[in-house]
Amino acid sequence: MRRLTSALFLTGLAVLMAAIYQQMDLVVTPLAGDAINASAAQQVGAGNIVTAVVLAFRGFDTLLELTILFTAATAAGLVLGKPRADAPRDPDAGFILQAGADLFFPLLLVVGLYIILHGHLTPGGGFQGGVVLAAAFFIPVLARPGTTLDHHAVSLIEGLAGAAFILIGLLAMLGGGAFLTPLLGKGELGTLFSAGTLPLLYLAVGLKVGSELAGLLAQLAATEATD
Amino acid sequence: MEWLVLLIVVVMLVSAVAVLLLKNFMAALAALSVVSLGMSVLFVILRAPDVAMTEAAIGAGLSSLMLALALRRLGLWKD
Repeated sequence: MRRLTSALFLTGLAVLMAAIYQQMDLVVTPLAGDAINASAAQQVGAGNIVTAVVLAFRGFDTLLELTILFTAATAAGLVLGKPRADAPRDPDAGFILQAGADLFFPLLLVVGLYIILHGHLTPGGGFQGGVVLAAAFFIPVLARPGTTLDHHAVSLIEGLAGAAFILIGLLAMLGGGAFLTPLLGKGELGTLFSAGTLPLLYLAVGLKVGSELAGLLAQLAATEATD
Repeated sequence: MEWLVLLIVVVMLVSAVAVLLLKNFMAALAALSVVSLGMSVLFVILRAPDVAMTEAAIGAGLSSLMLALALRRLGLWKD
């Protein structure tokens, strides 16, 4: 039986390889993005067209994406629960992991914030930078299991960031525009303070994603290990 | 460029098979993140750096971390 499945798998693999070899085409052929490619930079003022789509053309989708992430993290937190008071704690990590954590924390913090704040100029943005921020705040917990993340502060940041995203969207409606219409003017293409409210929105996304995932990881790490 | 893509695809497929066959869960997890890492390199070659960053951060980093923590909770991380 196992040999049969292996043979099947190998056949599929061979077919896939042949197909890839036949249709190897690395020339980028845009199928549907021509119109957006042509007009995004002028309309939104963001150098990174992906950001223009994610936050300006499809901002509402991003809000729903954040909602999905929030719901998933909340459900996972509910299932995980709290460890018992007398549960044995993991010992502190060795010297190398502790020193590495001390070295990596500021580095990851800067990299994460850079990715978030330059999301409208270069590849990256709130989601990617948020994950890096979450990793930055989780590594110290990994090195010293005794220290825990301040869950109140984390949920406060998360709530404020989520509220800021919706608030920026609602502010656009005050001026008569649609929900999440970019405000504040486009600025000069390619500078840090450009593309209107897009960097602010991405900062909110980044902080929300980062605090959510850091809280979730810390909670996962705090659960009792089964031997 | 073509040979590089082929090499990455072969590495990805081999590690994907290794995920299925490895007895040690942590080793399977490492192989799984190799798949994601190869995927992110492929995305760079296909000129989709945004997706590549997401794949590297979430696919290779965060999800393996989360799975490792889940294995620790279930007691499947030793041996």
